[in-house]
Amino acid sequence: MAEGLVGTSRRSLTLAHVLLILGCVIVAFPIYYVTVASTHSLRTILNPPLPMLPGPETIENYREAVSGGINRIGGVGVDRLLLNTTIVALGIAFGKIVISMASAYAIVFFRFPLRMVCFWLIFITLMLPVEVRILPTYKVMVDLGLIDTYAGLILPLIASATATLLFRQFFMTIPNELFEAARVDGAGPWRFFKDILLPLSATNIAALFVILFIYGWTQYLWPLLVTNSNSMNTIVIALRKMISFADADTPWDLVMVTCVLAILPPVLIVVLMQRWFVKGLVETEK
Amino acid sequence: MATLSLNDVRKSYGKTEVIHGVSIDVEDGEFVVIVGPSGCGKSTLLRMVAGLEEITRGTIDIGGREVNKLEPRERDIAMVFQNYALYPHMSVFDNMAYGLRIAGIKGDDLKARVGKAAEMLGLTTLLDRKPRQLSGGQRQRVAMGRALVREPSAFLFDEPLSNLDAKLRVSMRLQIKDLQRRVATTSLYVTHDQVEAMTLADRLIVMNKGVAEQIATPMEIYDNPANVFVAGFIGSPAMNFFPARIEGGHLHLADGSQLPAPAGVSEGSVILGIRPEHLMPAPLDAEGSLSVRVLAVETLGADAFVHATLGDGDADAIVFRVPGHDRPAEGERVSLMVEPGKAHVFDAATERRIAEA
Repeated sequence: MAEGLVGTSRRSLTLAHVLLILGCVIVAFPIYYVTVASTHSLRTILNPPLPMLPGPETIENYREAVSGGINRIGGVGVDRLLLNTTIVALGIAFGKIVISMASAYAIVFFRFPLRMVCFWLIFITLMLPVEVRILPTYKVMVDLGLIDTYAGLILPLIASATATLLFRQFFMTIPNELFEAARVDGAGPWRFFKDILLPLSATNIAALFVILFIYGWTQYLWPLLVTNSNSMNTIVIALRKMISFADADTPWDLVMVTCVLAILPPVLIVVLMQRWFVKGLVETEK
Repeated sequence: MATLSLNDVRKSYGKTEVIHGVSIDVEDGEFVVIVGPSGCGKSTLLRMVAGLEEITRGTIDIGGREVNKLEPRERDIAMVFQNYALYPHMSVFDNMAYGLRIAGIKGDDLKARVGKAAEMLGLTTLLDRKPRQLSGGQRQRVAMGRALVREPSAFLFDEPLSNLDAKLRVSMRLQIKDLQRRVATTSLYVTHDQVEAMTLADRLIVMNKGVAEQIATPMEIYDNPANVFVAGFIGSPAMNFFPARIEGGHLHLADGSQLPAPAGVSEGSVILGIRPEHLMPAPLDAEGSLSVRVLAVETLGADAFVHATLGDGDADAIVFRVPGHDRPAEGERVSLMVEPGKAHVFDAATERRIAEA
């Protein structure tokens, strides 16, 4: 296959490989560099050039970061940040999936007045990203007393027109006869959803989960606004807070540690769910 | 097991009525086939019995109980769908067991009932497979099994064979008939294929444009079609129709040929209908014969269908059937006799059958 695409001559094959390897190196190098930096002391980092090989400070750096040695974020440990971010990312991912599946189910399988109006209302919210409605949303969160809570971090990001559309498109491919067969078999709407629709959507849910988890993990603007207390920060916000304008003021070694720890969970999710993820994206036969 | 009665059943979408009042009493264990061209409302009628479409007017009784307002699951029916509608993620066993599980049957009882149905349909070795690992015919049998295990009051079939190839269709047709005989469950079967309809039915409902044109046994419909539509729809190749006039005790056809008119029919315009198998070659220009010119011959082996036009003009083509080894050549002139008593006379205005000749 690959040979067929780039030609079979040895020269073009070599050239292709060189280019691909170069691309990989360019993409991977910053991540490698961050990882290396996280194993050196602040002094080494501030005295260029930075060594290209891991240093001796690994255990101290990671212990210090986890045990709350970072003053600029009020001594909150990275473990707490990871916990916060995990809760928020999982909450957003699951919340979005539940809400969007439920609304897509209603729109596709039920006939009710103003059905298409509902659909279009959901559809046009695609044109109103979080940033546009951020002020009213913030006001609502303040009035509900949800500042500095997980609910405040998660709820406003849950509604998802995109996921609703995705599920709608998928549900439309399910033959109506399947729904009718289940009705004749005696399955009510809830049973049909649980026994038939949910298993059939498994790969779609998995693919969506990966995308939404990373979306939730990397949220920046909304967590920045809705959290004041350091202990409620997500890891991305904490990272930002750690960095001062003055180079000497910034604990670069610990920033690097936090960076590595911030990258790990999304990478793990992608690696672990890769098979399902790809299946969900390419699967068409139902 | 139960009787099934439809009582002036009507269906409207908004202001458009699509089913104009169908009534029939299906006896316990009877196999009734609803046949008609696409868009005639036959599937809609079946789905109304199933409870998948609302009934606008009239009543449907299953086992003496009015089911108009009942959900499909409360009607004690099972349905076989055209595209099988098997649950793709469930094994054959689970597909068949799903309805029973919902009904609260479990354990050995469940296994026994699914096992029995699987055995009747020859599915025992396939119970662990998923639908996508099955052939079309096997899927069809699973769909039947799913209906069978429920032991319902009535089976509803919605064109169950139309996704199969011709050969499989014939063998499945026999299986369905045999199965229905054995379990003796009242069945409604929808099809557009008149061969299926004729071979399966105890009684037929021929539908056209939302009206039940005729309800009778297959042979009764073949022998005495109620009107031009039924006559043309049932029978293959279709019945030949000739515009004609009755005058002075004779039927006058467009080309000037004459046939004896049936008794008791007043003079006027009629439509004469003759099935291809009731037109027999006769000595050339014999009295009371029709003279036709052969346009084309379709050889099927045992038989051949001959397409011809009446007289020498360019009238509509007619078809008649001859033995495969004794067929005329193209362009030849042939005389045809009508088998006595096998011609049908329809009123030209109402298209209703008024006599046979």
